[in-house]
Amino acid sequence: METLELFVRIGIYTLMALVLVFALGVVTLRNLFHCALCLAAVLIGTAMLYVGLRADFLAAVQILIYVGAVMTLVIFVIMLTEHLGEKSIRQNNRQSPAAVISLSGIVVLLAALLLRTPWPVTDKALQAKASVMALGKALMGTYAFPFEVISVILIACLIGAIAIAKKDLPGEDVS
Amino acid sequence: MIVPLQHILIFSLLLFAIGLYGVLVRRNIIGILISIELMLNAANINLIAFSKSTSLAPETGQIFAIFVIAIAATAAAVGLAIVLALYRVRKTVYTDEVNLLKW
Repeated sequence: METLELFVRIGIYTLMALVLVFALGVVTLRNLFHCALCLAAVLIGTAMLYVGLRADFLAAVQILIYVGAVMTLVIFVIMLTEHLGEKSIRQNNRQSPAAVISLSGIVVLLAALLLRTPWPVTDKALQAKASVMALGKALMGTYAFPFEVISVILIACLIGAIAIAKKDLPGEDVS
Repeated sequence: MIVPLQHILIFSLLLFAIGLYGVLVRRNIIGILISIELMLNAANINLIAFSKSTSLAPETGQIFAIFVIAIAATAAAVGLAIVLALYRVRKTVYTDEVNLLKW
């Protein structure tokens, strides 16, 4: 049992390191298509981490919505807009050193705060397991109103995205 | 929990910082949207970790993670639609070349 736990722990830390490496790939690679593939790897790694945190349903939702739908959309738009032949175009602006310095400051500050905060990790919560049934009951009971608001937002976004991206009528002049 | 809560929080902090770096330095609008997805993902990891370790009702964090995923999907859809419309009008996806309103 002890060795099994050790292996799981090593596996989770390796997974975290891999996710961070792929995330660095997302923001540094020059070819945007490779960035999108790295993002898919990050999202799949996060889903595996959710399984490690006993959130199985969230892992499934993550794979379905992010890796399935959002990534398809992103790759579709990259294919429509990117000229894959042009490798010489700069992908980053000139703020990179300033961004690295200020972000490392923020990271150090927040990490110090995180390590000093006494998180109320309760044994009761560690034993508890959120089943899909409990999730559904909470979604339909306690959180029914936010659930409805989300559905309205989804409809509005659907209509808005079509309205923005559709071809303009011949008489209309937008530019 | 197998891994201490602090390690997961620091991991998601690093993921968030990487996403913020991407938002700050990318020229390509699609790259910026991808980095925003990274940041939302880091927030989700935090929500799940808290729901696993500190909350008394373990489903609360997961429900809010579902809401965040839905909002992220709408953000991606609307953002990419805007990118397509912009590309059709201005023939560019680079932020510093979209300077029509800049004088």
